[in-house]
Amino acid sequence: MTSTTDIIQSIGKGSIRAIARALSKVENGSSDSTDILDKLFSRQQGFTIGITGPPGAGKSTLVNRMITRYRKTDNSVGVIAVDPSSPFTGGALLGDRIRMQSHASDPKVFIRSMGSRGHLGGLSGATRDASCVLSAAGYSPVIIETVGVGQAEVEVADLADITLLVLVPGLGDDVQSMKAGIMEIGDIIVLNKADRNGIEQLESYVKASLEYMPPGLKRPDVVRISAVNGDGLEDLWDAIDRLVAAQTVESRISHSAVTTLSEILKENGLLFFEKLLEIEYNGRKEAEELILAGQLSPYAIGKKLLERAERIFEHNGSK
Amino acid sequence: MDRKIRVLIGKPGLDGHDRGAKYIARALRDAGMEVVYTGIRQTPESIADAAIQEDVDFVGISLLSGAHNHLFPEVARFLREKDASDIILFGGGVIPEEDIPGLKEAGYAAIFTPGTPAADVVEFINLRMEKRQ
Repeated sequence: MTSTTDIIQSIGKGSIRAIARALSKVENGSSDSTDILDKLFSRQQGFTIGITGPPGAGKSTLVNRMITRYRKTDNSVGVIAVDPSSPFTGGALLGDRIRMQSHASDPKVFIRSMGSRGHLGGLSGATRDASCVLSAAGYSPVIIETVGVGQAEVEVADLADITLLVLVPGLGDDVQSMKAGIMEIGDIIVLNKADRNGIEQLESYVKASLEYMPPGLKRPDVVRISAVNGDGLEDLWDAIDRLVAAQTVESRISHSAVTTLSEILKENGLLFFEKLLEIEYNGRKEAEELILAGQLSPYAIGKKLLERAERIFEHNGSK
Repeated sequence: MDRKIRVLIGKPGLDGHDRGAKYIARALRDAGMEVVYTGIRQTPESIADAAIQEDVDFVGISLLSGAHNHLFPEVARFLREKDASDIILFGGGVIPEEDIPGLKEAGYAAIFTPGTPAADVVEFINLRMEKRQ
């Protein structure tokens, strides 16, 4: 097997194969993925743009335009496109590349499709780690396209430096734009398919909803575009550039440090309590059987595990 | 570890008949695989590049235009040149019996002709995957 040092070195040299392999490792949670990410975390230099919105809003088409835009300035562009995995078979049809074909043979564009693999926030569990790999490999921006989302999949805003919410006409009335959740996360709200009927109404709904934003919060820019024929894209690029200019590498890394640590705590916490479950009840399956047999409630098990954890900490003499 | 079998389905050249490719993509999806579908009118090199970036285990090429003797070996050549000959190739489409040995020699592990049940393709992939591990 290839050693972690070899992988890191090959990524440093820009080997596409090594980058692709590293992405698979972090996606599959292979045993050396933590060591790889440990080495790469501080090498992230660029910025990330998250693109979210309902299915068919034109996210992939906009990503395609965005790649063209950044290739003009000779940036290497990374794309992570997430599509949903089946909750029944685990399979996925990853079709976002179809809209990005014009960049298929450009060696400075790296597109990676990912299945959501049971994760529910609009991304996959490993999207953050994949973004770290691409960013450390020199891709900037790294564009992250979520699955087509509904109302509450807001995770991408935590991960990306700049988040675009793409909306289209015809998806509902003004009450939809007043709801909490997805409507609150965009740094820029992109109104796509501006050539279609209903765009005026959509814009007035969105702008009216922003009027009521609590004071002190930054209001997102609202930009009307047609990703298919290219209208309005210059305005969108200007809006993105203003946001990028207001950030620094340090501000991005410090934000990423906070959010990445919180993700790791969640994952490790799960592993830790699975282990305790093993000690106390011989594993999850046995614990579930106790619940089914009416002997214990899930809450009782949760309490017991917390108590066990506290005893371990006391025993180790920590404060 | 949450390892999934990853397969790229692509159509090279000037052939817009993508029903077979989509049918197979859907069948592999339902068999629990992650299927990257790249769409129609790809060059052999862009298919190879996409396969490497996506780090797939298999590449399936579909062609009904009759240009398979030219385009299929091209995909294999680009994968070899890009140090990715470990990716397993298979092909499908309207391919005469007498062309199959040549395509196998060019690096194709299997060629599926019209009428093949999708389950055969799934079985082929699962068997090859077991052999690799």
